[in-house]
Amino acid sequence: MVLNLPAPRFLPCGDAALTVEFAPGIDAAANALALALAADLEAAPLPGLCDVLPTYRSLTLSYDPCVTGFATLRAALRPRIAALRPGAVEGAVRSIPVFYGGPACLDLARLTAEKGMTEDALIALHLGAAYRVAMIGFAPGFAYLSGLPAALATPRRAEVRQRVTEGALGIGGGQASVNSVAAPSAWSYIGQTPLRLFDAARARPCLLAPGDRLRLRRIGEAEFDTLAARACRGEILFDPETPA
Amino acid sequence: MTGTLEILAAGPMLTVQDRGRTGFLRFGVSASGPMDGEAFAAANALVGNAPGAAALEFALTGGRFRASRDVLVAVTGGAMRAEAGGRPLAPWSSARLRAGEELTVGALRGAVWGYLAVSGGIETPPVMGSRATHLRSAIGGHEGRALRPGDVLPLGPEPGALPRRLTRPLRPRHGPIRVVLGPQDDAFAPEILARFLGASYAVSAQRDRMALLLEGPALPAARGHDITSDGTLMGSVQVPLSGRPIVLMADRQTTGGFPKIATVITPDLGRLAQIPTGAMLRFHALSVEAAEAEARAAARQSAEALADLAPTGA
Repeated sequence: MVLNLPAPRFLPCGDAALTVEFAPGIDAAANALALALAADLEAAPLPGLCDVLPTYRSLTLSYDPCVTGFATLRAALRPRIAALRPGAVEGAVRSIPVFYGGPACLDLARLTAEKGMTEDALIALHLGAAYRVAMIGFAPGFAYLSGLPAALATPRRAEVRQRVTEGALGIGGGQASVNSVAAPSAWSYIGQTPLRLFDAARARPCLLAPGDRLRLRRIGEAEFDTLAARACRGEILFDPETPA
Repeated sequence: MTGTLEILAAGPMLTVQDRGRTGFLRFGVSASGPMDGEAFAAANALVGNAPGAAALEFALTGGRFRASRDVLVAVTGGAMRAEAGGRPLAPWSSARLRAGEELTVGALRGAVWGYLAVSGGIETPPVMGSRATHLRSAIGGHEGRALRPGDVLPLGPEPGALPRRLTRPLRPRHGPIRVVLGPQDDAFAPEILARFLGASYAVSAQRDRMALLLEGPALPAARGHDITSDGTLMGSVQVPLSGRPIVLMADRQTTGGFPKIATVITPDLGRLAQIPTGAMLRFHALSVEAAEAEARAAARQSAEALADLAPTGA
């Protein structure tokens, strides 16, 4: 990967955290660096580091000010950032079954009309893209994706829907999402996965991790219902044919 | 299980909390844990529990409780009336509660968040490494929810401490709420930063374990109030389109798309959480280095106060 980013900014977040900002906006190279730095810090932790949070464009680190500090961490992080190989974080490949119908298929008809595509063409475009979990935020397990085809980018709706169901696949501007919880949203929605991205009672509460690569697989209503029932029982079902 | 604590009556937001859930920010799960970490730590220390034990947190008013075995109990957070088996229990001290006796914990005066620790700690099953309740996401604690009358909580092994009381202050009681400007202070013009640091803000009634909304002079951002989401902390002061600052707290969202003008320093988070609704506060900015020195000093003060508990003779 060719990186043309300026040196990262080190932004203070109080006495016990800092943010390494690689870019001001959504940026694939910045996201790759944030993910690579998170992986690097997991593999070789720095003293006093408590937790890390990669986003589309930055990495927030929390630390214990009795052990380390902003200046110490900045000095330790600079050479490690310079040595990062962002392509090194492969990310697990996950197959995500998607039903383009049902209660989360709220905007498919409007999007086909707006974009002058047939329903099948629009679904094929959405299905065929290579997505990556750019960050998890907003709620436990809520996955923000990069990789949405430009032709599918859709401005946020003026009206906020008060409850969009969990598992819904959304489009907001150039971003895409797989929602983990039912929540208010101004994004557009065209399908739903029966997978439960977050279940605190499960041995592995979070199905997806930042950096994971997603491949969507189209399913029908009957398969959706079967998989949803199994997911409700706590089964981890990335794909029934090729279990993770 | 070595005994139980039964909830006979509960205030509106009674939850199991430990020091919080770390390591899951990247999965969208904030730490939860106590709104007032020092008061929580004091309650555990007073009954002889390890610092990581789970205790109960309540908002404004406690409730009534009964233990199945002899225990030590302590209440902290602020001034309140409490009785253990009909005997007065002073806040910031521990006392014996015999098996079957009733503990009553009344309303807090001049504070918002109270803590009740029981010797042995609350031993609900840990979820993702912690017993802390994340109310909004229904994670941890007792079934992920606020406690109700009839709930019965398991207790851990009795540590065998004696009743004790706090003898020195856990932290400074007065003064402005200290912040470090940023991470997005550059989204605000110099006069808006001066307004933020010069004005008084009132804590509004819109407050919970997620956030505190403040009332006061609006803080318009220079180039709009949408940023590409980045990480949030407990203490992040974010400013949405209304211009009214919101301080994110224990159960916050892990990422946010509003500019964050400043971050409240960790030694002042508990004090901020305890400011009654309607009361005024001011902010004061410190450099990062000064804030880190304050954090170390506060950790020392709190540790010294908890190491110097006096027997009550009860």
